[in-house]
Amino acid sequence: MQPLLELKNICYSYHTPTLETPAIANLSFALYPGEFLAVVGPSGCGKSTLLSIICGLLNPEKGLIMLNGRYLHSDSSSNIGYMLQHDHLFEWRTIFQNVTLGLEIQHTLCNRTKAHAEELLECYGLKAFKNARPSELSGGMRQRAALIRTLVLDPELLLLDEPFSSLDYQTRLSVGDDIGQILRKEKKSAILVTHDLSEAISLADRIIVLTKRPATIQSVVPVSFALADDTPMHRRNAPEFKTYFNQIWEALNHDA
Amino acid sequence: MTHEISDGQQLYLNRRKKHRQIVQISRFAIFLSFLFLWEFSANVGLIDSFIFSSPSKVALSCSQMLLDGTLLVHIGVTLYETILSFVLVILVSMISAVILWCSSKIAEIIDPYLVVLNSLPKSALAPLLIVWLGATPTTIIVTGMSVAVFGSILSIYTGFTTVDTEDIKLIYTLRGTKGQALRKVVLPSSVPTIISTMKVNIGLCLVGVIIGEFLAAKRGLGYLIIYSSQVYKMDWLLMSIVLLCIMAIGLYAVIGLFERRYQR
Repeated sequence: MQPLLELKNICYSYHTPTLETPAIANLSFALYPGEFLAVVGPSGCGKSTLLSIICGLLNPEKGLIMLNGRYLHSDSSSNIGYMLQHDHLFEWRTIFQNVTLGLEIQHTLCNRTKAHAEELLECYGLKAFKNARPSELSGGMRQRAALIRTLVLDPELLLLDEPFSSLDYQTRLSVGDDIGQILRKEKKSAILVTHDLSEAISLADRIIVLTKRPATIQSVVPVSFALADDTPMHRRNAPEFKTYFNQIWEALNHDA
Repeated sequence: MTHEISDGQQLYLNRRKKHRQIVQISRFAIFLSFLFLWEFSANVGLIDSFIFSSPSKVALSCSQMLLDGTLLVHIGVTLYETILSFVLVILVSMISAVILWCSSKIAEIIDPYLVVLNSLPKSALAPLLIVWLGATPTTIIVTGMSVAVFGSILSIYTGFTTVDTEDIKLIYTLRGTKGQALRKVVLPSSVPTIISTMKVNIGLCLVGVIIGEFLAAKRGLGYLIIYSSQVYKMDWLLMSIVLLCIMAIGLYAVIGLFERRYQR
């Protein structure tokens, strides 16, 4: 099977007048269609940098990125959705206007895409808040609205940059569960960056463990659960969960 | 909605109401006693009413000048010049701030010049402008602008640069351009900064216009102040100052109205 996304020998450094800080060194991996990949690593190891590079916001200093077999350049248009750490819903827009912001920017706001946005809002329980302001929504609802803003563009790949880290623990579990199921239902390929191991195990098909800065791959852990109803909540209760947790924990602390 | 108000809530509301009343009554009382003291001491000769005038004399000259129509001309001229220079300041500073935001290189190059021009006492420029532009209303409007414009550019540009970088990143992740980041994020989230800059500017423009009228006018409240001080018509002078107070309050209130409309 042809990978959806392929990274080959990616290198990236941050520069200041006194210092060059290598963030990513010689990183390569592939993502297959429909796969949910989680990337974990020590904090500050360059996880967010990695997503910015894949999304084309930053240019790698060395290395190549292929999407669907084509090389990605900074100016080539790719359909990659990026969900940031915070929801960044704008208070001067209603929820509907926030959700359709991407369509507006890409000049694809028409009756068909508007209907699609309405559909997603209804599907994920935000229909009643269509004309509400973001401040009227709870943290979990805001994060769902942010997800719809990304999904409505129909991305072939979704990048999630610790999208639940700004939520309190209880909301985080339920929104993680929620969004995990939404992505499975929409059959999206996704890369989730997180420092929360249990979040990674409960959501991913495969987990890449990164080393300390400069980030390179420490180990790759395929995750599979023998569950009839494979949801993040059920995974957390499964016996394999603890095994995976220990395995990844050890990999993380390997070089420490 | 009708529901019982608890005793505690009622007590709180009563205290709050009483506090508001004390503030309002005290404000009014200070104003009235000031007027009374002024009038009284002028009448009994504690102060020389030729130099200090008195509220009744100010009111009298005000009504006389209103009747012969000269006062409205002076007020109108000052108001017109102030509003025009204010509008121009907002336009110029918005355009400049956008240019500076678009190119951080230009911003860095221009920065020291803006800082120097902003800290320069702008009244020093007025005589220069009179020589260059003549004793015309244009000079006065430019003087009004010169007082406010540099500070205004700096505050609006600073407002632009303090917009959350992650909010801007969102636009880029949605494949937006820099122009879209400006229109969809930077401008809307800078509205409070722009309004507070406008509040400062309206006052500064009035200052600039009065300085200009001191030096280069045949009409306007600034001219009236200079003229009346030269001929010792203190009633006119104090009346002009009172009118300037009222004008400043009025202009500020208009912007306050604008602000409330935006917040709704």
